[in-house]
Amino acid sequence: MIFPHPQSDPQIPDIRFENGNTLCVSGVWKLERLKELEKRLSAIRWPDGPELVLDASPIEAMDTAGAWLLLRTTDLLKRSGKSVEIHGLRPDFAELTNMVSASRAGWDRAEPRPVPGWLERIGRWTFDGIRGVSGALSFIGENTLVALRALAHPGRIRWPDLLSSLRTGGFNALPITGLLSFLMGIVIAYQAAAQLRTVGANIFIVDLIGISILREIAPLVTAIIVAGRSGSSYTAQIGTMKVTEEVDALRTLGISPLELLVLPKTFALIVALPLLTVYADMMGVLGGMIIARTQLDIRFLEFTTRFGDAVAVKHFLIGVGKAPVFAVIIALVGCYQGFQVQGGADAVGRHSTISVVQSIFLVIVTDAFFSIVFRWAGL
Amino acid sequence: MPEPAASTSRTPAVEVRRLSTRFGDSRVHEDIDLTVYRGEVFALAGGNGCGKSTLLREIIMLQKPTAGTVRLLGTDVASIDVDGRDALLRRCGVMFQYGALFSSLTVAENVSSPLREHTRLGRKLIREIAEIKIALVGLPPDSSGKYPSELSGGMRKRAAMARAIALDPEILFLDEPSAGLDPVGAGGIDDLILHLRGLLGLTIFMVTHDLDSLWHVTDRVAILGDGRILGVGTMEELSRVENPLIHPYFHGPRGRAAREQSWKPE
Repeated sequence: MIFPHPQSDPQIPDIRFENGNTLCVSGVWKLERLKELEKRLSAIRWPDGPELVLDASPIEAMDTAGAWLLLRTTDLLKRSGKSVEIHGLRPDFAELTNMVSASRAGWDRAEPRPVPGWLERIGRWTFDGIRGVSGALSFIGENTLVALRALAHPGRIRWPDLLSSLRTGGFNALPITGLLSFLMGIVIAYQAAAQLRTVGANIFIVDLIGISILREIAPLVTAIIVAGRSGSSYTAQIGTMKVTEEVDALRTLGISPLELLVLPKTFALIVALPLLTVYADMMGVLGGMIIARTQLDIRFLEFTTRFGDAVAVKHFLIGVGKAPVFAVIIALVGCYQGFQVQGGADAVGRHSTISVVQSIFLVIVTDAFFSIVFRWAGL
Repeated sequence: MPEPAASTSRTPAVEVRRLSTRFGDSRVHEDIDLTVYRGEVFALAGGNGCGKSTLLREIIMLQKPTAGTVRLLGTDVASIDVDGRDALLRRCGVMFQYGALFSSLTVAENVSSPLREHTRLGRKLIREIAEIKIALVGLPPDSSGKYPSELSGGMRKRAAMARAIALDPEILFLDEPSAGLDPVGAGGIDDLILHLRGLLGLTIFMVTHDLDSLWHVTDRVAILGDGRILGVGTMEELSRVENPLIHPYFHGPRGRAAREQSWKPE
């Protein structure tokens, strides 16, 4: 049973013919019995005669759903050219049926929302695209102005917010960043060790690990983790504040949402991301060192000596130097998507997803761009 | 659904006995007794923070009282298992203060969601039943395809009401049905409550402190204050009670105005 009634066992609905053209309906015509009733009604073979009488007097209980099923059945019969009369419906059920019938008026003609044609869709898509780009540009512009003003008057910076963002976005990310970078070091060293051993160039593992971790792997791994951790939380926080009108409340209180919400987060990430990258550098190289020791018998002292000679300081600086750029991308994308939220809970979820995807995408594109520029510059 | 008058007269729909609630050290309810009969419009009134909504949440099993029993539609809510609880809640409709419509679904989808969950009816029939409910609460056909964020406050309340009556409940719980609405909108909701009670024979339990609603739609009112029930009865009866906590309800400026308003020439 779909719809158990703990108290009363409802009467089994019954539909049967009596003397030719009289249909006798009985039992409980309520939602919990509707499936059964619908099945019975569809199994009925209606008599050929043009006139039909429905004896509804044995109906014991009825709700709006039951009333609708009764109406719907008679409507269908009428549409097929029969005349249907309902007899003996209790007055209160008759009232219910009339009310349901009245409430359906106008609905059959109600048209569904028009689906836009292809031309309109292209137009909307283009318009939304242009508006999105200009919105993002103006967001960057406004933030630059707010940031410059804050730098000119450091008293305007919300230090408590900045420090708490530094802790949640930076310090709290240490364990996961360290672990992932360490594992990346191990993975790369493993692959390299197998190749280098065959050509007897064991010691070059130091160059390989050092340069790849310092220059590319550590900044990227850190940025991706922070985008997933902090970028999404920025979007969710600001998005929820928009839904609950907290952002509007800030505006009316004369507090710039950008100054209060975006700036501390951006500054915190600009500080936190390079520091996290340095930590990821150390953990990644440590992972490589351990594999070099176990797979290629390169002692730690040997590794560190070679590291000093082989890995120029520029690789470290390039890696750490990219981190603040990534930080700005992650913070701005996260906050921008938060401000784009409109509506309710599902919009917050949708924009959090967009925020993470966009910031990781932009970080990797920027990294590729840096690679090309540095190659040109001969770095 | 309408039932013979004899059976609706004095069957209790909700019985609260010696109910107490404490949050840590703070005492919200102390030995509350309350009976709501089938077919009546019952209101729980009282100042902000006096535990009206908490009592409502305890009756609809969203929260457990510290002590005491609640019988809902004849069943002791403390003694039932998960299946019994679900079956019981299906016979109740609840409208939350802020509507609590699912923001990712249209109005029609919101109203059909209980039908989809609890019945195995076909999509077309479910859509038709949902449309009846949407029409019953007085929303125009074009609102059924709209999302909650596209509706005004009053329309959102009506849509929430449509979802609450989707399964043809025996009892409807309304948390502040007219809060946050303009006088016209609030009056519209009051009329809607009476309309639905008349049409569907519902028992209505509402939490409100809207004086106009109290005078216009309720059969009986309980005033909650200081953790206790200060008085139960019709508004007329309550207006004669000499209790310093109830008094302002009737003899303050707003109380007088609401009362005068309710005396309509025949």
